[in-house]
Amino acid sequence: MSDMIAKAFENKKAFIPFITCGDPDLETTAKIVRAAVENGADLIELGIPFSDPTAEGPVIQGANIRALKGGVTTDKVFSLVKELRTDVTVPMVFMTYANVVFSYGAEKFISACKDIGINGLILPDLPYEEKDEFLPICKKYGVALISLIAPTSENRIAMIAKEAEGFIYLVSSLGVTGMRTEINTDLKSIVDVIRQNTFVPCAIGFGISTPEQAKAMADLSDGAIVGSAIIKIIEQYGKDAPRYVGEYVKKMKEAIN
Amino acid sequence: MTNPKGRFGIHGGQYIPETLMNAVIELEQAYDRYKNDPEFNRELTELLDEYAGRPSRLYYAEKMTKDLGGAKIYLKREDLNHTGSHKINNVLGQALLAKKMGKTRLIAETGAGQHGVATATAAALLGMECVVFMGEEDTIRQALNVYRMRLLGAEVIPVKSGTATLKDAVSEAMREWTKRIDDTHYCLGSVMGPHPFPTIVRDFQAVISRETKQQMLEKEGRLPDAVLACVGGGSNAMGSFYHFIEDKSVRLIGCEAAGRGIDTFETAATVNTGSVGIFHGMKSYFCQDEYGQIAPVYSISAGLDYPGVGPEHAYLHDIGRAEYVPVTDDEAVNAFEYLSRIEGIIPAIESAHAVAYAMKLAPKMDKDKIIVITVSGRGDKDCAAIARYRGEDIHE
Repeated sequence: MSDMIAKAFENKKAFIPFITCGDPDLETTAKIVRAAVENGADLIELGIPFSDPTAEGPVIQGANIRALKGGVTTDKVFSLVKELRTDVTVPMVFMTYANVVFSYGAEKFISACKDIGINGLILPDLPYEEKDEFLPICKKYGVALISLIAPTSENRIAMIAKEAEGFIYLVSSLGVTGMRTEINTDLKSIVDVIRQNTFVPCAIGFGISTPEQAKAMADLSDGAIVGSAIIKIIEQYGKDAPRYVGEYVKKMKEAIN
Repeated sequence: MTNPKGRFGIHGGQYIPETLMNAVIELEQAYDRYKNDPEFNRELTELLDEYAGRPSRLYYAEKMTKDLGGAKIYLKREDLNHTGSHKINNVLGQALLAKKMGKTRLIAETGAGQHGVATATAAALLGMECVVFMGEEDTIRQALNVYRMRLLGAEVIPVKSGTATLKDAVSEAMREWTKRIDDTHYCLGSVMGPHPFPTIVRDFQAVISRETKQQMLEKEGRLPDAVLACVGGGSNAMGSFYHFIEDKSVRLIGCEAAGRGIDTFETAATVNTGSVGIFHGMKSYFCQDEYGQIAPVYSISAGLDYPGVGPEHAYLHDIGRAEYVPVTDDEAVNAFEYLSRIEGIIPAIESAHAVAYAMKLAPKMDKDKIIVITVSGRGDKDCAAIARYRGEDIHE
């Protein structure tokens, strides 16, 4: 199932939007996902909200709070994905925090991922040293446990890349998620080390909002991940957001290919 | 008791973003290098003794003992330390370590403000920059400590996210650390967070039980029967327990903040009401719902108003070595007033939780038994809030 992820990167640069499930409500989330797919999204990163998202900046924190206030739960997110899979064929991965998986019961959570058609799992608070918490179960059910590499990874890049599956999430900058006017990290040298150690594709995220930034990041790697800029659109337009997210995805996708 | 990966039984670990991994590895290496370094320890001991006023007194509370009519009660007077609490023990250790690592800036979270004040103090003394994150709710509850931190040259940033209390201050300090690592040390205030923090903070706080043991042997020629301390994250309790863990005859009792009661939602008694989870860098017990969403906890005490507990406490609970008991707001406020009147010692509302449990326990014990209560801090900071709790409208 995690081989599905490779398809998102075949012969093209991937555009990967991040969407917090249940912001403003689950029906709108479903429409936003479909609008993103229709406009060229290659892989969808679905956020399961967490009360205390320590790797997020204010924009995505806000989305998490709105979604939880609206009564979203892990089970409701699973139902959403099941419904989406009736027609959505691009790979989809979950982004959430270790406690959401752990508290649900790792085996129960990850086997559900397989059943509903989730291809991978991104957990920003699960570094290499702790991945055995979930990796054996992910392998059992064919769900890719996505590795993150950061500007501070340095001597750890090769170690992480060698064991990476699905794709590598390269964090563009220090700090938390959120839009940035400039990305100053020497990402090329990081990508070089990644390339020397794995064939798994690598997409860059954190701080990307403009088509120019997306193009620059995708040129350096295999794709661009955009979260806060999309959440901002959803925050602004609420239930009317699907159309605007669709237009934005189209513009970003055109810029990177 | 720590294994190389920072585990205490199933608890502990390093559940943090990749961005911080090299920072905690660097910290662990620096700590391993300096912890047995004679020069480092000489400098730290000198700071603790000459600057912070250690060793702290082990005081026989004779009137309280007679009044309760049971076990003999001693108070370990951490409230007499410079800055008014046990927090200075850990902060001087970490600030000195950070300085050796070439860091020039300290960041910290604070609940009641005691750890923030201690960190601001150490930063002033060692010539370092200091930024303290404090829940907005707590900046109101503990306005005096906000002023103290600013007076000491620190910048205080009110945190508005989440419940605007200690948990959110920790989250914000962690976020800040991922933004700026090169020159910055995160001076974590309790025995929590990712490895190596629970071990480092415990080691620096272990001075409490090292002294208690020696002082008790000098005064009574034997070990105490019970050691009581309040538990939020659990640093004063871990420090109070540590050198007694191997002495199985000594009961170790952690007093958790039950808020309005452990049968209500307005509680912060993590071991009593929580379940195992992963948050703030560690696996431990947390107050959370069935989906792992962290609960908005409550206690009158800003310093104990935290939905988790340090991983070594979780382990001591699992193996049955320590007991964790709930103490309500009402009981703590009664104890706050009781100790003030009977011994002339105004304890921090946090420490009053331990005093409250001693008031229940001591009368049930024989007169030849001995209890030690760690008075982790002094209560000046709490006077206005307790007055308001009693319906008196006073302002600082």
